[in-house]
Amino acid sequence: MPVKVLDFWASPFGVRVRVALAEKGVSYESQEEDLFGGKSDLLLQSNPIYEKVPVLLHDDKPVLESSNIVYYIDETWPSPKLLPASSYDRSRARFWTDFIDKKVYDAGRNIWMGKGAEVEAAKDEFIDVLKKLEGALGNREYYGGDQFGFLDIIFVSLSCWFPTYEKYGGFKVEEETPKIAAWLKKCYKRETVAKSMPDSQKVIEFVGMMRKMHGIE
Amino acid sequence: MSEVKLFGAWFSPYVKRVEMSLNLKGVEYEYIEEDLKNKSPLFLQYNPITKLVPALVHNGKPIFESSVILEYIDETWEGPSIFPKDPFDRAMSRFWAKFVEDKCSDLLWKACWSAGEEREKAAKEAEEGLTILENEIKDKKFFGGENIGLVDLVANYIALWNPILQDVVGFHVLTQDKFPNISKWADEFCNDSFVEKYMPEKEKVRLWLKRAVETGSLY
Repeated sequence: MPVKVLDFWASPFGVRVRVALAEKGVSYESQEEDLFGGKSDLLLQSNPIYEKVPVLLHDDKPVLESSNIVYYIDETWPSPKLLPASSYDRSRARFWTDFIDKKVYDAGRNIWMGKGAEVEAAKDEFIDVLKKLEGALGNREYYGGDQFGFLDIIFVSLSCWFPTYEKYGGFKVEEETPKIAAWLKKCYKRETVAKSMPDSQKVIEFVGMMRKMHGIE
Repeated sequence: MSEVKLFGAWFSPYVKRVEMSLNLKGVEYEYIEEDLKNKSPLFLQYNPITKLVPALVHNGKPIFESSVILEYIDETWEGPSIFPKDPFDRAMSRFWAKFVEDKCSDLLWKACWSAGEEREKAAKEAEEGLTILENEIKDKKFFGGENIGLVDLVANYIALWNPILQDVVGFHVLTQDKFPNISKWADEFCNDSFVEKYMPEKEKVRLWLKRAVETGSLY
């Protein structure tokens, strides 16, 4: 059954889907959406409510929302298992996925979209979120324990925007949360992650363009 | 023997959906009513991050966030399913559950509690969400089909609390005229013989919300 992903190169949420499919060894067709020039009919039909990427089409049936898509991928292609074995550990992965989804991207966006004093406040909030996530990692190799897993995919994908937040927020992830920086380095060595992430310099340029569009610079 | 504790607040729709799920599975549990103005040390020890109810503690291990708890309950105990079995149907349920919260319940709540331009904006956005939801429930008894499922549980706020709050503040976004299908579902849901055992008393909720409107504080 064919697999197609509607994606956008800079989307950290798209990265999640790329990594999950790569971890499972699933081949798929990727369709790049032009989010500014004109979304495809397929995207508008598949996701009429939000009109957002990523969308996974499995045998033409659309799965929406990146975390949902990763859950779906894990349930549909059983090996290797991305979610942990015990139901308690799975509940922890789901809790932190929910936390990450609610907090990280928005806190980051407040940094690069902010003006004046807003930026400092946004930076403090973002660092606070990272510190909580650092606490959740504890002394483990990965969020998944010994193995790279579901929660690692959910979080590492957002890191392609971290250099952008560092630039506009005036801070360094390595200084504020060294354990997270170390975990990131480990994840980037993984082939599935390395080949799925956009170039962070290109992301910075892309955000610079968005700031101009929003009249921030 | 497994030990299950649920920390809750009687008026919380999030707590009620967890209670319904536990009872659906026939799980024995100890319910602990938390005074949210004065949280117990035991509760804070289990739940330092969100400090919110509900919190489920199973054999000493805490789980928070109602959506996470519901999935844990479904996986852990036998009995009627809360989530569908098929991965695609599960993905759709998760999607609609989030839609109900983000695009309907949260906005309805916001519309009732705000004023002026903010209220108008929230009401308009709520109506857009409800219009989509109205279509989704069109030919079905429950969002879960013949039986109550995840989306019905998550939509419990719309069924019971919202109509009461709308009356208390005198601002009605979800009306039977505009949303007949959702209104019909709400009746079916509230009058379901299983559900009605675990919903709070409407009069008690009305008095609580009335007091909250007067004092500006939920607890």
